[in-house]
Amino acid sequence: MAKLSGFDYNIKQDLIKSILKDKFARCAFFLLLILYLSVFLASFISPYSKEYSNRDKAYCPPSKIYIINEKGKLSFPYTYNYKRYFDKENFDTKYIEDRTKKYRVKYFSKGEKYKLFGFIPFDRHFYDVEKGGELYLLGTDINGRDNFSRLLYGGQISLTIGFLALLVSFPLGMLYGGISGYLGGKTDFIMMRIAEAIMSIPSFYLLIILASILPANMTSIQRFSLIVVILALIGWAGFSRVVRGMVLSIKKREFVIASEAIGASNLRTIVHHILPQTLSYVIVAMTLSVPSYILSESGLSFLGLGIQQPDASWGNMLKEAQEFINIISRPWLLTPGFLIFVAVLSFNVIGDTIRDVLDPNSKER
Amino acid sequence: MNLAGYVIKRIMQSIPLLFLVSIISFFLIRLAPVDPLAELRLNPSITQETLDYEVQRLGLDKPVIVQYGLWLKSFIKGDLGYCTTGERVIDKLKERIPNTLLLTSVVIILTWAVGIPLGIIAAIHWRKPIDRLLTILSSIGMAIPSFFFSLLLLLFAVKTGWFPTGGLTSYNFSEMNSIQKIGDIIHHLVLPVVVLFTISLSGLQRQMRGNLLDVLQSDYVKFARAKGLDENKVIYKHALRNAINPMVTLLGFEFASLLSGAALTEYVFQYPGLGRLILEAVMKSDINLVMASLMIGTIMLVAGNLIADILLKIVDPRVEAV
Repeated sequence: MAKLSGFDYNIKQDLIKSILKDKFARCAFFLLLILYLSVFLASFISPYSKEYSNRDKAYCPPSKIYIINEKGKLSFPYTYNYKRYFDKENFDTKYIEDRTKKYRVKYFSKGEKYKLFGFIPFDRHFYDVEKGGELYLLGTDINGRDNFSRLLYGGQISLTIGFLALLVSFPLGMLYGGISGYLGGKTDFIMMRIAEAIMSIPSFYLLIILASILPANMTSIQRFSLIVVILALIGWAGFSRVVRGMVLSIKKREFVIASEAIGASNLRTIVHHILPQTLSYVIVAMTLSVPSYILSESGLSFLGLGIQQPDASWGNMLKEAQEFINIISRPWLLTPGFLIFVAVLSFNVIGDTIRDVLDPNSKER
Repeated sequence: MNLAGYVIKRIMQSIPLLFLVSIISFFLIRLAPVDPLAELRLNPSITQETLDYEVQRLGLDKPVIVQYGLWLKSFIKGDLGYCTTGERVIDKLKERIPNTLLLTSVVIILTWAVGIPLGIIAAIHWRKPIDRLLTILSSIGMAIPSFFFSLLLLLFAVKTGWFPTGGLTSYNFSEMNSIQKIGDIIHHLVLPVVVLFTISLSGLQRQMRGNLLDVLQSDYVKFARAKGLDENKVIYKHALRNAINPMVTLLGFEFASLLSGAALTEYVFQYPGLGRLILEAVMKSDINLVMASLMIGTIMLVAGNLIADILLKIVDPRVEAV
């Protein structure tokens, strides 16, 4: 990719300034910042690892943290473990707090060993509980895994997959549209008909079919990267059509003729001279399409076609909430949905602000 | 160009498009390392004759290109083969397509009936509190994942018991008289319609607002105002008619996104539509069914765009076919 000509330092500063000036955009920006920071530091913030599972505590409700003790005095935060019992009248497994022993919440204490950022060996966690205690801030899932920890680990996938897909689909769409528009004639005709054909397939149908032809025996990394590619294959066609339209008008300008005159190759003219001119549109389109990628991934994982267990993603965590009994008596399983909502909303608000700056004529806001 | 000529030209243009889609989807599905008849072979209720017939219809012993030709031939003849359950694919589609069309058309009618007025209100009160409020509400509507919203409504339905929790008809549907039947279907449609309506309403409202704002800045609106026309007349007689035109094109897109968006909603509400059919087909790797519903979905999408284009030609005769 050519350097960001036509998109200089000034506009970048403008962008950040206008995001911070608008109060909705500012909230959205800080919300996203918090979300990304916490998933980035997931292994430090969460008390349990991704693999942790307590088979005796399936669907354990969220632990309550007390700061006022039974004598009505302020005390160091503590919690009780849950005890499982069988309700013989309703034939139901239930949990009740075991008030016999208090467990103090500890901060920055030593716990399970992990690698910070994937390579620094570390063993301190932001919060943890005394030995023997269990602290599930948002309850546990069917396998007795801590919901809060998995939300953070799941966010690592859900919040990055959209960006990675963008990095595949946008260069592809730009190049495709650029070549089609610049070369014109028969090439243009054929390339655009193919793009239209892909656009005519209902995108979600295409998405699930592509996801379903993935072989089952893949490592989670392979699966993750293939899902990125599949997501990217959905969005590029419509985008490339817009780029082509812009290229059609750009290619008549003097600097393109100059580039042809000095004998630059077609590809060089397209990549170095024509495509940078479309950047302000591309940036707007990119920010506005992050949410749709996040939604597609979570939809796919929700159906069980995306990220697979034991890996967490917000979509596949919501899969459990499909059962009636779970949504009625275990509402904490719905938390991933709220996070998806917050992330998508924030990206939309920021995208709108960026469009206002880069495309002042549009009055959508 | 007259209307009939335009319609014929547009239909002729869609045929190569569908042809191209069929090639793409055929080879896509053949990429999968699955024996298309594996599930059929495992089903003990499928006779050997049906299997032989399918092998011959799909030409499985012949090269891929020939297979594609055979498949296309039988598709045009309306022979779509058998599902893994042994039913004919075409019967299954005939049962599901009307349901999906019912759902999407109800949603489109409702969104237009509500979204266009809301867009106008927002544009007229640009940057005033009501516009701000509508912008916030539409941002929220656009950000809710459809499956999550469906789950929340399902929770609501289970807790209150006011709405059925899935399907399109009650168990005693066949015993009802026709008025009760209509009432029953409407009762079942409410929740899925609410989900899809909320999501597509936001986009439509914003688009309408943007269009009207653009038009309100144009010279002829300034002129109309300058000659002292009543503001209501300026907006409803001059501006609105021009702001609606781009919305008609959007109708086609809306239909497309509804087809896609409905799949997850249909899945959560167990609604017997095309989206859930293709989902189940994909999960059971029922190749015949996947292929057929993919093509039908595409045909519906292309037809939706076609209808939108024709409508646009009617409201704005300046449009020419490309």
